[in-house]
Amino acid sequence: MDKLFDFELTARLLGYDFVLTALLVASVLGLLAGVLGPLIVSRNMAFSVHGTSELALTGGAAALLLGWDVGNGALAGAIVAALVLGLLSRRSSDYDSVIGVVLAFGLGLGVLMLWLYKGRASNKFGLLTGQIVGQDFASVALLSGCAIVVLGLLAALYRPLLFASVDPEVAKARGVPTTALALVFAVMVGAATALGVRTVGSLLVLALMVTPAAAACRITASPLRATLLAVLFAEVSAVGGIILSLAPGAPVSAFVTAISFLIYLVCWVVSRARRTRVSAA
Amino acid sequence: MSTPAVALSGARLAYGDRVLWAGLDLEIAPGEFVAVLGPNGSGKTSLMRVLLGLQRLSAGTVRVAGSPPGRGNRHIGYIPQQRALDPTVAVRGRDLVGFGYDGHTWGLGLRGIGERRRRVDAALAAVGATAYAERPVGLLSGGEQQRLRVAQALVGDPSVLLCDEPLLSLDLAHQRAVSELIDGHRRANDSAVLFVTHEINPVLPLVDRVLYLVDGKFRIGSPDEVMTTETLSELYGTEVAVVRVRGQIHVVGTHSELCEDTAHHGTTPLPGATAHHGAAGHHGVTGHHLADH
Repeated sequence: MDKLFDFELTARLLGYDFVLTALLVASVLGLLAGVLGPLIVSRNMAFSVHGTSELALTGGAAALLLGWDVGNGALAGAIVAALVLGLLSRRSSDYDSVIGVVLAFGLGLGVLMLWLYKGRASNKFGLLTGQIVGQDFASVALLSGCAIVVLGLLAALYRPLLFASVDPEVAKARGVPTTALALVFAVMVGAATALGVRTVGSLLVLALMVTPAAAACRITASPLRATLLAVLFAEVSAVGGIILSLAPGAPVSAFVTAISFLIYLVCWVVSRARRTRVSAA
Repeated sequence: MSTPAVALSGARLAYGDRVLWAGLDLEIAPGEFVAVLGPNGSGKTSLMRVLLGLQRLSAGTVRVAGSPPGRGNRHIGYIPQQRALDPTVAVRGRDLVGFGYDGHTWGLGLRGIGERRRRVDAALAAVGATAYAERPVGLLSGGEQQRLRVAQALVGDPSVLLCDEPLLSLDLAHQRAVSELIDGHRRANDSAVLFVTHEINPVLPLVDRVLYLVDGKFRIGSPDEVMTTETLSELYGTEVAVVRVRGQIHVVGTHSELCEDTAHHGTTPLPGATAHHGAAGHHGVTGHHLADH
């Protein structure tokens, strides 16, 4: 741990191509997560993101067993999971328990498929913690391509999506196709989640998709400012986490989660202080 | 005469065997204020859903602002039942009102952002919500949220205003303020208003016609025609008394225990704005029992 502040070593490692690629991947993911995050938070979808990211593991395990590419399997698994969860009404009272039920069964299937696999799964199966270092060009291209598609879609759908997320009843009355939007958004989140899973791992997807946006929504009610802050927080967590992990050679996950959690704590304290001031005035 | 704001003809709505209403012919002219009354379960909210295109008629036709419902939603301002917004929701009052202006259109909305801001500011000022427009909506009081709802419905200059119990759980002062805002918009823009309520008194001075629904039957007419002992007794199929006290209408059922919220009776009402329109109209279960006789 005494290497944590070995700036010379950090600077030297930053010169390597694979480190720069990792930073690029992290910043694209941070951008995606930051832009989607405030909508995820206002739709109360944190648990469904968690479920989607875990079911990406099942997709990856299925791909491993069938001899397909693990990353593509994870992508497929996450999108199927997102569609299934997106079809459920998020207003219904059993939404949470249905996610729990689907999630448990999906993970069980994943365990079974890993057991059935005759090779050494652990070599190829870094989905739990991700393998941000060692991304090849193809996966960077896939990530960037998906990011461009998701951002483009989001730009086209943003206003009705925000309307439907915050005020679904009136949105429906004004003719916004809330059900179709919920499905499209679930698939967008599923794709972003799966890309997150194969790079930063399941464990970190929540740290990037939910925590920065939850922090931002604590300190501002303006949708534009919340989005900008969520992107900033996600970038600081993702890029900062990687840079800090370089010198000690520690797992990226630990640093990314720690930074995003710290940001959340600060925002929580700020919002508490503000609210007390408002009610005292 | 111009196109009716709302036109229902031979309209029938049934869920399976249960007919909510049938043979409903109703034309609402621009600038007209129609109150929809009736016990719970009589199909008031379903009528709203039909006009919004969220529910299909079992028979008959409906047109809103000259278009089939659902397509004409641009011309509709909708005020939902007063329900507290989630306190953690990260939007400001200004954003909620902005949804009413262009929340249904695609894109980021960067074009016309100046015009949007001007219109939202004007709508906020009209309902007296400028002071709290920048605050998170979830932290506002029920009355403040309902003013924002009114601004949200009015900002698009709707030609038809559909209000579903907009006064529910507001205190008398806010009931009065909200109904005056709706009425002001109606007079200024010649908009039609369809106002679902179980209490006619807060809006009695504004009402042109009443649509009173009870268990599959209905009456349409001026308050003086519909809100009478004879008409309502016939509609409920049992004896109800309509009493007028100081310019207010109270409907009294045959059983005195029907009046649950008697607290309202004792209060000194503001002119034209008090609670309690009465037992038979208020309590849905009672309405059904009465009609079964």
